[in-house]
Amino acid sequence: MLNEQIVENREKPRGVQRQPARGEPVSRNEKANHELSIRVRDLNLWYGKNQALKNIDIDIYQRNVTALIGPSGCGKSTFLRCLNRMNDLIKSVHVEGLVEMDGHDVNAPRMDEVALRRRVGMVFQKPNPFPKSIYENVAYAPRMHDLVSRKADQDELVERALTDAGLWNEVKDKLQQPGTSLSGGQQQRLCIARAIAVQPDVILMDEPTSALDPISTATIEDLMDKLKQQFTIVTVTHNMQQAARVADYTAFFHLGEVIEYNDTQMMFSNPYTKKAEDYITGRYG
Amino acid sequence: MSQSFDEITAQLKRRHRRSARLKHMSMGALILAAAFLFIFIGDMLVKGLPAFQQAQIQVEVSYTEQASQIPPAAVGEDVRGLVSRGYLRLIPGRMRDNPELLGTTRMEWVLADSSVDQYLKGHEDALRGSEARVVERLIEGGRAELRFNTTFFTNGDSKMPELAGIASAAVGTVMTLIVTMLVCFPVGVMTAVYLEEFAPDNRLTQLIEININNLAAVPSILFGLLGLAIYINFFGVPRSSPLVGGLTLALMTLPVIIITTRSALRSIPDGIRQAAFGVGCSRWQVVRDHVLPLSLPGILTGSIIGMAQAMGETAPLIIVGMVAFIPDVGGSFTDAATVMPAQIFTWAGEPDRAFVEKTAGGILVLLAVLISLNATAVWLRKKFERRW
Repeated sequence: MLNEQIVENREKPRGVQRQPARGEPVSRNEKANHELSIRVRDLNLWYGKNQALKNIDIDIYQRNVTALIGPSGCGKSTFLRCLNRMNDLIKSVHVEGLVEMDGHDVNAPRMDEVALRRRVGMVFQKPNPFPKSIYENVAYAPRMHDLVSRKADQDELVERALTDAGLWNEVKDKLQQPGTSLSGGQQQRLCIARAIAVQPDVILMDEPTSALDPISTATIEDLMDKLKQQFTIVTVTHNMQQAARVADYTAFFHLGEVIEYNDTQMMFSNPYTKKAEDYITGRYG
Repeated sequence: MSQSFDEITAQLKRRHRRSARLKHMSMGALILAAAFLFIFIGDMLVKGLPAFQQAQIQVEVSYTEQASQIPPAAVGEDVRGLVSRGYLRLIPGRMRDNPELLGTTRMEWVLADSSVDQYLKGHEDALRGSEARVVERLIEGGRAELRFNTTFFTNGDSKMPELAGIASAAVGTVMTLIVTMLVCFPVGVMTAVYLEEFAPDNRLTQLIEININNLAAVPSILFGLLGLAIYINFFGVPRSSPLVGGLTLALMTLPVIIITTRSALRSIPDGIRQAAFGVGCSRWQVVRDHVLPLSLPGILTGSIIGMAQAMGETAPLIIVGMVAFIPDVGGSFTDAATVMPAQIFTWAGEPDRAFVEKTAGGILVLLAVLISLNATAVWLRKKFERRW
């Protein structure tokens, strides 16, 4: 539980903080939106006998960017994949605890993972467009989910998604070319367009810029800033400057636990826990 | 103390010599293998190419009343032994169909007996003295020559070498492979899809996997025995029919198709599956819309190679009776039939020398089909090869 962890991990007193409720960030970002999107309580996850996530409590707010940071192997990607049950695909995984969205337990037997993934989209570390045309990459999922029937609607939806992903002007003349012919940064924006084309509530991004050059990275970061007007974004990143630039709230993971969940400004200027401070100042990780 | 370049070079000399020796040995092995292949194909060409030519002679044919009763009477006594008996037998039928032939006498190019064929191809001992002289006279008069052998490609098997052809065996092969393909392809691909994409990883599926891999290594004659016991004796499928042959070959080809399909499925990067699951595809949609279309070239390549292997298979088909003597081309899936390798096997056992070239000719046809099948597989793979 977060409170206890904070007490445990605190080795020196750090400023006056209000006691946060369970799962809440230590300090509030007054500019951020605080409608609840996903509530996680007591989440535990095992790979076989190996416990990868321990008692995670976290509230994720709508139309914010929430960044997950931490050293390699700390469980941040695993946690991210719990939010749309992508861990189901790994046979040895066992999950316990509550992940609640819209009043529904995501892990309940009645929850259909296809319905969940329709509302919680995902962008991966390595750009992975389908080996189909640019148009088809975006149009495939909405058509599959019966969101569009007429060709004109479909064209409009593809244009809107590509525009929102900041890619329309670059690809509007070559929609029939394969998605894999684009540059890495463009491919990643195509993947973002593919994710937003089904109008999800949440977009999960698993180190979306780690395979990209600095200019493409900056483009994607700007894009995240725009997209949070419409979508809740949860992103995993190894790049702390990126977390500081794009995120409203940041959670620091270490060895499968959330050590600190805080307003991004506070996290990077005045972290509450010693471990977070050590990680952020580069003493390890 | 560290060593100088000279000292190190002196030591290296021995190592370089050893690697040069190994290189030469492996090159030698390659040359030996190439030589064997060259000798084999060369021998087949020398023996088999003459089979694609056939002797014809020009003789006077008189369509008399007597000839319609006793066909050999249609040709002169001196050439009676030189004309194919198969040709002579057709005369009464032709006269029935064309009544205007009666009473006429025409010079016609007719199929020669296989002994004349062999004589023209350089086997001088194929004809006895008087007949040899007649043939020599025909040759001088330009009335005996080797022409392209259409009979070989249009006729079924025959006891007369000049009438024996590969057509019935080729049709039998095609029909057998159709059965094999119809059974193998859907069953094999769906099995592989289930094992690779859906099956849980437990004892049972592991056992199934090991068994499939072992099945691919089982001697093919055992599949023949299985086919005999199950299809013919238990289910009562007609023996030596393309149906039973195809089903037997399907048993043999199934593991090959399952294994190649699984490796084709496995070669699809996981990123594609993740992406598809990420946009909310069900497992079946992931397979149908993404994984299967991408792995199709690999699956087709594997299936074609499996089919080529089945096509060259003889042993299991002998067990289910597909070495039958089939003179007529065509028939249904439940009629007796033979296949090309079995036909070659039959001809190889014939004592008449004319069948030696038929055997080699059959092998050449089979090889040509196999090479073109494999070339198709290579072409498919190259055409659809994808970089991720």
